[in-house]
Amino acid sequence: MSYSALSLLIHAFRGHRDWKPAWREPELKPAYDIVIIGGGGHGLATAFHLAQLGAGTIAVLEKGWLGGGNTGRNTAVIRANYLREESVRFHAHSMALWNELSSTLNFNVMFSPRGQIDLIRTWGKLRDLRRRAAIMERHGVEYDLISTRRIREMVPDLDLGTEGAIEPGFGGKRLPVLGGAWHPGAGVARHDAVAWGYARAADALGVDIIQNCEVTGFRRDGQRVTAIETTRGSISTSKVGVAVAGHAGVVAELAGFRLPVDTWPLVAFVSEPLKPFLHTCINCPATQIYVNQSDKGELVIGGGPDRYRSHAQKGDWETVENVTRSLIDLFPRLGRVKLLRQWAGMIDVAYDTSPILSRSPLDNLYLSVGWGSGGFKAIPAGGEAFAKLIVTGMPDELIAPFGLDRFQRGRPLFETASASARG
Amino acid sequence: MSTLIPCPHCGDRPVQEFRYGSEAPASRPQTDSSIDPAPLSSLLYDSVNPKGLASEWWQHTAGCRLWFAIQRDTATDLIAETSA
Ligand SMILES: Cc1cc2nc3c(=O)[nH]c(=O)nc-3n(C[C@H](O)[C@H](O)[C@H](O)COP(=O)(O)OP(=O)(O)OC[C@H]3O[C@@H](n4cnc5c(N)ncnc54)[C@H](O)[C@@H]3O)c2cc1C
Ligand SMILES: [Zn+2]
Repeated sequence: MSYSALSLLIHAFRGHRDWKPAWREPELKPAYDIVIIGGGGHGLATAFHLAQLGAGTIAVLEKGWLGGGNTGRNTAVIRANYLREESVRFHAHSMALWNELSSTLNFNVMFSPRGQIDLIRTWGKLRDLRRRAAIMERHGVEYDLISTRRIREMVPDLDLGTEGAIEPGFGGKRLPVLGGAWHPGAGVARHDAVAWGYARAADALGVDIIQNCEVTGFRRDGQRVTAIETTRGSISTSKVGVAVAGHAGVVAELAGFRLPVDTWPLVAFVSEPLKPFLHTCINCPATQIYVNQSDKGELVIGGGPDRYRSHAQKGDWETVENVTRSLIDLFPRLGRVKLLRQWAGMIDVAYDTSPILSRSPLDNLYLSVGWGSGGFKAIPAGGEAFAKLIVTGMPDELIAPFGLDRFQRGRPLFETASASARG
Repeated sequence: MSTLIPCPHCGDRPVQEFRYGSEAPASRPQTDSSIDPAPLSSLLYDSVNPKGLASEWWQHTAGCRLWFAIQRDTATDLIAETSA
């Protein structure tokens, strides 16, 4: 059934009693043409695009519940202000898809392009962002350096630390804000709605979405996977797509190879709801914090990853303290606001902090991992490109730079414009 | 994470004094003229990244600055053993 203003009205008159579930709960079949492991945004978007390409029978296997991994834990910032040409091009394409996503899926993902300000507090960051602005200009992404006066007009509550400073560093803050970079196309979306929207659209095209089904092993014939072992029995298949985020290393181990990926905890938290005062996303690389205000009024707050690797699915308290300190440094008025919830996701960070959208050491197993702290924004473009990769066996131009072979060829794609970049 | 890490030189010290360095690779492949790039690239870039017992290098940065090996369970964040 298609959702529309009319369907909403009809259901309202019936007292909202007979809405149908948005997707089926099918039985697991013994064989599929393609199996996607991981029911997060990337796995579900990939299944949707595979079904649109008419790629055969498709199942998505999820060990927990839909979107219960990083997709449901992320702070939902969507942007294209990266460093590498390859990343900017890819994310600019993804942003174009975000603008259409609610109508593509017939599901309101609440994409809200409210813009982002990157705060500049060191001269090194100014040089970095000027360089990035030049790269983005080549790819049609708007990214402009702005003055502290303009920032003050846009976000009056921000303490720029310039009051009483004779020159930077004297009288005001240790790192007063020198300026900013304005990225008007950036925004946020409703994270759960993205998983649900793709799930519903994929299900409508016949994809079997199987929850509570963990992949525990692979059966192989030489370099080919022939069947997948799961907690709900074994499934034979001719192609496998892996989109398991923080479990990339665990699944690679089951398949018998290693990846240049480490798993780190990344925390986020939300405050109690406040009246709207913050109309854009604010990102401050110098003190590792970013914040935006949700439609409910809560502040959604994130920082950098913890200082050590972990699979423990809980964040380090030290990070929470550091991030809140940075928040209050920017918004002293928030000093007495309460935090409501804190959680962590286990992110999969590649050696060079760029994603791995690639063939694997096995002939018929493909990888969409290494999305780290920034793969939510990439879901529309990632799902589309990964589906094509699985069908054709060849990466198209947009994702060729993200292949696993970049390490052996000595062409890693070091990306610094990420919350989890190396030093 | 445990709040104390036993530095092999200083004894139990708060975790904030330490820094994670990297995974400790099991062994280096032979680097002679017959070198095959695949295992070398794997040594440089790949991680075991286990959900369970991991071997890592840590440094006591805000203390004696010793680099030492640590055996740590990444699923529970408990430390099993440290050695110089
Ligand atoms: C706190 C936090 C904040 C973030 N903020 C942002 C942000 O602002 N903007 C942004 O773009 N990105 C952000 N990210 C990153 C983003 O959330 C991820 O990159 C993205 O959601 C990854 O999607 P995915 O589908 O690959 O992974 P997931 O959504 O994690 O899905 C993977 C799924 O695989 C399942 N799985 C694992 N192992 C198995 C198995 N053996 N068998 C079956 N299923 C399995 C898991 O249960 C999980 O549901 C953030 C992440 C975190 C943790
Ligand atoms: Zn010591």
